[in-house]
Amino acid sequence: MQDFFDIDSALSEEERAVRESVRQFVDERVIPVIGDCYVEGRFPREIIPGLAELGVFGANLPEEYGCAGLNNVAYGLIMQELERGDSGIRSFASVQGALVMYPIFAFGSEEQKKHYLPKMASGEIIGCFGLTEPDFGSNPSGMITMAKEQSDGSWMLNGGKMWITNGSQAHVAIVWAKTNGDKSDKSIRGFVVPTTTKGFSAKDQKGKLSLRASDTSELVMQDVHLPATALLPKSGGLKSPLMCLTQARYGISWGVIGAAMACYEEALAYSTSRVMFDKPIGGFQIQQQRLAIMLTEIVKAQLVSLHLGRLKDQGTFTPQQVSFAKRNNCDIATDVAREARRLLGANGILAEYASMRHMANLESVYTYEGTHDIHTLILGQAVTGLSAFN
Amino acid sequence: MKIAVCIKRGPDMETRFKIAASGKAVDEAGLKYDLSDFDGYAVETALQLNEKQGPGETVVISLGPDVVQEQLRKALSMGADRAVQLKSDSVPVDGLAIARALAAELQSGGYDLILFGRQAVDSANATVGPMTAELLNLPCATAVSTLDIANGRATARRELEGAAEVVEFALPAVVTVDEGMPRARYPSLKGIMAARKKPLEVKAAQLGEERLTLEKMELPPERAAGRIVGEGPGAVPELVRLLHTEAKVL
Amino acid sequence: MANTFAMAESRGGALRRVALEAVSAARALADASGGGEVHALLAGAPGIASLAPELGKYGADVVIVVEHAGLANANSEVLAATAAVRIRSGGYRAAVFSSSAQGRDLAPRVAAKLGVAMAADVTSFELAGDALVVRHPAYAGKVIATLRLTGTPAILTLRPGARAAVESAKAARVESAQPAIDPASSRVVVKEMIAGGSAKLDIGDAPVIVSGGRGLKSAENFKLVEDLAAAFGNAAVGATRAVTDDGWRPHSDQIGQTGRQVSPDLYVACGISGAIQHIAGMRNSRTIVAINKDKDAPIFKVADYGIVGDVLEVLPVLTAAVKQARSQG
Repeated sequence: MQDFFDIDSALSEEERAVRESVRQFVDERVIPVIGDCYVEGRFPREIIPGLAELGVFGANLPEEYGCAGLNNVAYGLIMQELERGDSGIRSFASVQGALVMYPIFAFGSEEQKKHYLPKMASGEIIGCFGLTEPDFGSNPSGMITMAKEQSDGSWMLNGGKMWITNGSQAHVAIVWAKTNGDKSDKSIRGFVVPTTTKGFSAKDQKGKLSLRASDTSELVMQDVHLPATALLPKSGGLKSPLMCLTQARYGISWGVIGAAMACYEEALAYSTSRVMFDKPIGGFQIQQQRLAIMLTEIVKAQLVSLHLGRLKDQGTFTPQQVSFAKRNNCDIATDVAREARRLLGANGILAEYASMRHMANLESVYTYEGTHDIHTLILGQAVTGLSAFN
Repeated sequence: MKIAVCIKRGPDMETRFKIAASGKAVDEAGLKYDLSDFDGYAVETALQLNEKQGPGETVVISLGPDVVQEQLRKALSMGADRAVQLKSDSVPVDGLAIARALAAELQSGGYDLILFGRQAVDSANATVGPMTAELLNLPCATAVSTLDIANGRATARRELEGAAEVVEFALPAVVTVDEGMPRARYPSLKGIMAARKKPLEVKAAQLGEERLTLEKMELPPERAAGRIVGEGPGAVPELVRLLHTEAKVL
Repeated sequence: MANTFAMAESRGGALRRVALEAVSAARALADASGGGEVHALLAGAPGIASLAPELGKYGADVVIVVEHAGLANANSEVLAATAAVRIRSGGYRAAVFSSSAQGRDLAPRVAAKLGVAMAADVTSFELAGDALVVRHPAYAGKVIATLRLTGTPAILTLRPGARAAVESAKAARVESAQPAIDPASSRVVVKEMIAGGSAKLDIGDAPVIVSGGRGLKSAENFKLVEDLAAAFGNAAVGATRAVTDDGWRPHSDQIGQTGRQVSPDLYVACGISGAIQHIAGMRNSRTIVAINKDKDAPIFKVADYGIVGDVLEVLPVLTAAVKQARSQG
């Protein structure tokens, strides 16, 4: 879409080059197929090698582990472009990079990093992230999945996880579990679980009306026996998975802008070509107001995420700022998508157009990785100093 | 092989162009630029040749103001080894002036192969490649759709209207690439980072006298309202006549 | 008053239509300069001289015939050297070539040899004092550039079909000439000529797209669309969403809102009604032709030229006509 505020001038040449490369890939390889995938309820696995070759997985992790070593703004722009295609594609990349590669990088042993990160960057190993449980979504500290250390140092894992993106196609799962019978969230540790391990099973959740071009699964772990080396040695307490979520939420704040951009562009193009009452519908005030609001909200969101990225690169950003961006940007993106769909009239309900697909997707994105309401309470706590959680 | 690829920066052709106030250029506001499409194929061709045939060097050259560095960097991020900008205030419309500047740079480079896109997306002249070949006194094959190189000899297919020819020639040579040659790869994110560290040399372009100059640019007249040529197969001759004489697409 | 040079293009021992257009354009330039002569260069295998009178019919005063067994196929190295020698010594005001595959290959070499101004793919021209002013479609035809060529001779290549060849009978004196270099010494050797041909084009790149819709009635009938595309030689086959949904064509062929957005020089919509979703993908095409049996179909609103009729009947006739037009080109 038109760079109305010349935000490009605030990007480096490399950042723009990264965006253009991913944009071209999405235009040529994702957008032509994604509508059908969505209707079929199928994640387009065939694009994984292309995404890996491009280098989008864990792109902000260091080159020594086979990653691209990009800064966080460039990483954010990748998320934006992927979600301009579909939230399911961006979700796949978010999970692989921010929720699986990042914890291995941050909490893993050198051996774990050397083994997993290059193969995950190349798409050879696909990962998923198991934190949420059927009864513990917004409140992960209540989780009941438990790992028991055996006398030989190995672990026995039992429990279940739900709403796990990539779950059924993953080769490896990062599973968060309490340990050794301790029910406090301080005992939470992360485990790298090969999905072929006996006792581990994943099955797709059916009947989704959102994120249909993405695999969402339920994980069941029954007496899953893991070697000592499965533990992420530097993980400890609920803080560890929350750090991962901060990474992923950062990417989401950028990603949803991409979805909103796609809807805005589609609505704008439609408004200038669709003729009703002998003039393009873009000539009517009500559609102009829609477009003006969409544009305004998208630009504001872009500025928020860009500034957040600069803070992240400086190492001074806070999880509360990430909540701010995730909350605001998901909110405006869902509004933009809905208004775009309405502008498109009856055509807007067809899979041929992107807006309703994005609109339905964004309801999930609005809800996952900390719901809109939870981020509201995080901001409330940040400004009042009073927690609404307990 | 040591391969030079001469590339041009060009705008996205999907744009609805406007003419700048000067009347001598398109309005650049809001235009998106990229490697001219066939030039992208040429870069890809060079990279694949060197990837397949062992150690070599791919050098990309572009003439113009500093903005062309963006396209040189793109070629570097695709995998080219180094870049040369032949700096000029603008890109002349005189293809021979450009060819002179390129030939001056290429002359002593020791290149086995010099590649061009068949034509640029914007000016669409298809002149600079063969002109450069002539100035360098090198064999030249234009608009090739396949290119095979073995033992210092090249075999290429050239598409003609409604026909094709297969030509053979020895290297060093100049080749301009057409549809059928490999499409440009996506620059990988690692490639983009690596490109920052690759050499990009800036030299003054030696254009010489320009004998072709731009008087003005304008938009073509609005499309005439469509019309029904006729009914059934009997309308075909009239349609073909219109496509030839009026639409000039046949 | 100045003489003008024209390159008369031939293939396989026959004149191409662009040869007549080039000669006719050179005639117009010579006349505009106050009545100079037109000298046309005709090169080919022995026997090519028999085509000289035809060039006279379109305004050539002199036909310089270069016959050589090594020139059965066009050879740019030899032709460029031969044309350059003649143009250098002939004192011409201008030299007209064709913007055909052959002419585009040849004219820049001649311009470089002579160190003179050249304009490519010209649609119109006029003398302006000492200069030649031409128009050249740029930016995929979305912009027209007016260019000034300074100095003589000025070289131009003429866009095929831009100016119809006009008869203007002249005596056409024949002069024989030798190739400036021995064709046997040519560094680029034609090993094979292939009639027809053309590699498969992607719909994003093809200058011509022939696209089919439900009006074709079955996947098998897409053969008719493919035949027409093959006749154009530089065309790709596209399809509507309905057709790709039905599996008649691969999804990669789909043109429209969710498929590919294209803007070729020519878009031929065959049996396509013109749903807004489809039109969004092709409305920027330079010239649009529609063939549909429903005269009220929305596709006719965006089409430049329409034929109302059964696409299954119209296509074979159109394919034959296009084939014929192109072989004459």
